[in-house]
Amino acid sequence: MNWELIFGQLQWTSFVFAGAILDPSLSEFIASGAGSIAVLGAVAVVILLTVKRWWVPLWRDWLTSVDHKKVGIMYMVLALVMFARAVIEAALMRAQQLVAYDSAGFLSADHFGQLFSTHGTIMIFFVAMPFITGLMNYVMPLQIGARDVSFPLLNAISLMLTVAGAILIMISLVVGQFSTGGWTAYPPFTGIEFSPGEGVDYWIWAVSLGSIGSTLTGLNFAVTIYKKRCPGMTLFRMPLFCWTTLCTSILMIFAMAPLTAVTVMLALDRYAGFHFFTNGDGGNMMNYANLFWLFGHPEVYILILPAFGVWSEVVATFSAKRIYGYTSLVYATMCIAVLSFAVWLHHFFTMGQSANVNAIFGIATMVIGVPTGVKVYDWLLTMVGGRIRFSTSMLFLINFLLTFILGGLTGVLLANPGVDFQVHNTLFLVAHFHNMIIPGVLFGMFAAVQFWFPKAFGFRLHEGLGRASFWCFAPGFLLAFFPLYWLGMMGATRRTYMWSDPEYLPWLALAMAGAGLILAGFAFMVTQIVVSVRQRDRLACPLGDPWDGRALEWSIPAPAPEWNFAVLPDVTSRDAFYEAKQSGQAYRSPAAYEDIEVPRNTATAPLIGLFACAWAFGLVWHIWWLVAVSFVLMWAVVIVRSFNMNTVEIIPAARVKAQNEAFLAAARAAPGVPREQEMTSDNRGKALPEALTARAGAVPAGRAVEVLS
Amino acid sequence: MSVSERLHPGVNLGATDPESHEAAEEVVFGFWIFLMSDLVLFAVLFATYAAMSVQGIAGGPAPAEVFDLTAAFVETLLLLLSSFAFGFAMLAMKYRENARSVLAWLLATGVLGAAFVGMELHDYYVMITAHGAPPQASGFLSAYYLLTGTHALHVSSGLVWMVIMAVQIAVFGLNTAVKLRLMRLALFWHMLDVVWIGIFTFVYLFGVVS
Amino acid sequence: MKLILGVLGAGIPGIAHARGFLDPAGPIASAQLTHFGVISALMLLVVVPMFIALPIVLLRYRRAGKGTYRPDWEFSWGLETLIWGVPVALIVILGSALWKHTIENDPYRPLGPDPLVVEVVALDWKFLFLYPEQGVATLDLLTLPEGRPVTLKLTSGTVMQSFIVPRLAGQIYAMAGMQTQLNLLADETGEFTGRNTQYNGLGFAQQSFVTRVVSPQDFDSWVASTKAQGQGIDFAGYQALLEPSVIDQPVLYGSVSPGLFDQVIASFAPDMVAGQGHAHMPAPPATAPAALPAAGASPTPHHHTPEAVQ
Repeated sequence: MNWELIFGQLQWTSFVFAGAILDPSLSEFIASGAGSIAVLGAVAVVILLTVKRWWVPLWRDWLTSVDHKKVGIMYMVLALVMFARAVIEAALMRAQQLVAYDSAGFLSADHFGQLFSTHGTIMIFFVAMPFITGLMNYVMPLQIGARDVSFPLLNAISLMLTVAGAILIMISLVVGQFSTGGWTAYPPFTGIEFSPGEGVDYWIWAVSLGSIGSTLTGLNFAVTIYKKRCPGMTLFRMPLFCWTTLCTSILMIFAMAPLTAVTVMLALDRYAGFHFFTNGDGGNMMNYANLFWLFGHPEVYILILPAFGVWSEVVATFSAKRIYGYTSLVYATMCIAVLSFAVWLHHFFTMGQSANVNAIFGIATMVIGVPTGVKVYDWLLTMVGGRIRFSTSMLFLINFLLTFILGGLTGVLLANPGVDFQVHNTLFLVAHFHNMIIPGVLFGMFAAVQFWFPKAFGFRLHEGLGRASFWCFAPGFLLAFFPLYWLGMMGATRRTYMWSDPEYLPWLALAMAGAGLILAGFAFMVTQIVVSVRQRDRLACPLGDPWDGRALEWSIPAPAPEWNFAVLPDVTSRDAFYEAKQSGQAYRSPAAYEDIEVPRNTATAPLIGLFACAWAFGLVWHIWWLVAVSFVLMWAVVIVRSFNMNTVEIIPAARVKAQNEAFLAAARAAPGVPREQEMTSDNRGKALPEALTARAGAVPAGRAVEVLS
Repeated sequence: MSVSERLHPGVNLGATDPESHEAAEEVVFGFWIFLMSDLVLFAVLFATYAAMSVQGIAGGPAPAEVFDLTAAFVETLLLLLSSFAFGFAMLAMKYRENARSVLAWLLATGVLGAAFVGMELHDYYVMITAHGAPPQASGFLSAYYLLTGTHALHVSSGLVWMVIMAVQIAVFGLNTAVKLRLMRLALFWHMLDVVWIGIFTFVYLFGVVS
Repeated sequence: MKLILGVLGAGIPGIAHARGFLDPAGPIASAQLTHFGVISALMLLVVVPMFIALPIVLLRYRRAGKGTYRPDWEFSWGLETLIWGVPVALIVILGSALWKHTIENDPYRPLGPDPLVVEVVALDWKFLFLYPEQGVATLDLLTLPEGRPVTLKLTSGTVMQSFIVPRLAGQIYAMAGMQTQLNLLADETGEFTGRNTQYNGLGFAQQSFVTRVVSPQDFDSWVASTKAQGQGIDFAGYQALLEPSVIDQPVLYGSVSPGLFDQVIASFAPDMVAGQGHAHMPAPPATAPAALPAAGASPTPHHHTPEAVQ
């Protein structure tokens, strides 16, 4: 009996628990602990689903759904789950660096290498990407007045491929080792000669699955925005979030292909003895660096642009004012998107190319600072002439403006090859990109969750706990990362698991404290969600407009109905819902209702995801029968689906009418809630528009108490 | 816009049904974007080949020694003819709505396409056995096999797609969904032609000249 | 700049014994630190207004603030010109500074006549330094004479690494089969830490070495005493070093087989060093030094620098 035929390279020692038995050390116990958490977590979920009898609803209403809203929510859940893992890994690394002064600390060098690799890979591909994708999924169709994205099934497939990649990375906690090559996986270190074993293969296939999912997402969203806008919604009437979604989608279409190509090349090197990036035989790792960053730099903007969109929505809404410089912001966004393809070389100024090349790419990098700077000041000017309410989302925005501009400063510094020569590969660089991604992207997504959660679920999130999480996250970030700038200038390299310089200690201690605060912020955030679910009746805002919103998504009930808009809106201006409220056109009954066609649920996407995951697992462990079988099954699902011509169902006009008229009647009957009571249980989602009250003089100067701050 | 302006070109979906045409525009536009993304992939592979065919030879065989220009030329003809045949299939679909003649032209396309893939596999076989030039021999050959192999894989999946479409024509007749799928397959097939012309020029002609 | 940071950092741990470029010991690192300061100062032009304006705006336009509520105000040509104009002007200035600094401090630019050439081979997890003129070599010890320009030629015998001695100059990658260059000059004596900054496996954290800058006389006597070492290094000795290891104590080699550096490059890219136009000619075996030009005998061809590939 040839076991290798069945199990490939999988052995019992591949399981993480074997490590703790064979080599009982703290590092191995932590690894086993993490593996146990993953296994027990999965078991707990299974038990919960069984006890609560949630299997059927989970399958029927969620996994098989192709509704963009549900797909979006599932993306966000995935992002939060993966965030929990990656943030704990970050705290572990911080703790290790703190105690590993001239000693080995509690993590082995190998374990530390896996931690920084999974932390980076997860945070980029399975936290940030699902977060922005989920948000764009949920919000963009609502903002352009569409019933769904152009290709709903493709959307679900994108999600399931991403989930498959995430599951693969979670499996690597329990079975085998992960790569130690960092999230960039530079060869030749990640080649088979220097990294034998399954680690790099886990990275390759997890990232490839995510990459293909993102390509399809970009395609889908770009087509949706070009083709599915409601009548009257010209491009320059779209909310800014849609503009940033469009630019991000275009970047995804162009930028993910190089990543797919480069992971395939690395795989061919490792599996089939090709020589793309090997030492010798004509391989050249510099091609890897070029191709990887041809993806990698646009990726940075893929992540940040949707967050810019969020900030634009948040600042206008909570300043109760039009966005300043709309056109300017649109052009700045497009400038950034185009320029993002012209700067990739700044990730390797140190590779020995000529000074002229370095200087040109350095200047190109600085030029991106111009549109970004313009955006930051546009947001500031949006607040001028507004009536600012300090909600949790707004606090995140204020924090963003201050910290992001500092990140911009260090970014311009790093754009200088001369400076980069000194701080490249040090903690200065680590501090810089966390400075852009945490206050920019991550906090942008947190702000977005606070902002759009009521739309998705019909109740607000607990404001006090939201603030508590902000007051942990914001200083936590400063403490955790600003010391790293200084450490980097002192020469502390990144990805280093032990030190011999006592000068680093106080700074590492500060960073550890910051990491603790960030963990506390996350704990508050989870608590906030749990508490809000429990108090959902008190926090309910079924009338759909809790924040005195401006774009179309606030004109419909919360949670949004399956069909989004009972009748597709006809838009005549920017800030369509705001204008409707101003002119008294809001909540009017439409003249007539029509049947609505919605796509049927289908098992296609989850099955493709399942087989993709099995396929990737087979590849990682060289289980060739599994590779072949799951590959065939994956495509069989696609082919079988293509023979199903009955993919839509009709919702009769009568049902739509009944539900929508009930909502409109309730909305018309409800008293508008002034902004003073925004965070009280009086806020059922019908806003008394700030601009109207101001015109009517309903808020005398003496009574304008600052309720919110 | 008048009705005629909203009709999607290149496919006959029934002139009186503007809604189908609007829906058609969406899927076909989406497919164009997919093709664009696919072309980015090929661009990356071309760029890799351009670098490695010069710097990645590493003592192994050079392009001029391993390429058979005659075979590549015949392959080019086969692929171009198959595209030509697909053009006739599309014309038959649009103007005659005759499933039988669509199928006949698809068969011609498929046979020519399969002959192309067969010849390419034969090329590989000759390179590996007669010239000692497997992909593992050098960076140049790795890049060569990846570029042409990716193209061959695309052509092969196009062939599988063609078989499925033939079955769907038989099962469903030429309904709107089938027509639109054929239209996208045609776009895909023509794109592969364009990519192959690039390969023939930059890989084979330039390779033999240098 | 050094002074400002010194004053500023009097109470900050780290500054006193900074091993980084905060305490430069040569003109390149010093120029980098100055440039760092200049760019930071210029950038304050966009940073400071935000820190001043944001609190004012928040105070004035909060709901109880004194600012006039103008919900429909959305544009002003004057402000628009300002927020596009200032960054553009600033980028022109910053870009000029960048260009000047980058060209002047190009790591490939020799810092004077008659540089000391040191060939660096990055290994797991140590550096091999070859002194072709002096005919000596070391492991994890870079001894340099004060005041004399130094040209480091780098390659790797293993994965890509990044070589830096922060107090002297910035970093540059070392890659197998290729050669990169780093020119630097030390204008004070002392012991500085150098290291690899590119993760390359388990021993990465310990991959540092001592850079000892000594007076020219001491350098000569160091060379002489090193030459007296019995142990030498040739290609076989280099191959033994390919086994990954962390070196606790520097190792000295009294002799170096000629052309060893080129042999190391040739072991990955035979046609690069030998300069053969036709790569399909049988490559010389990597262990045959006769096929290679002796270092110093003729200028090494430079077409195998990464520039050729960019």
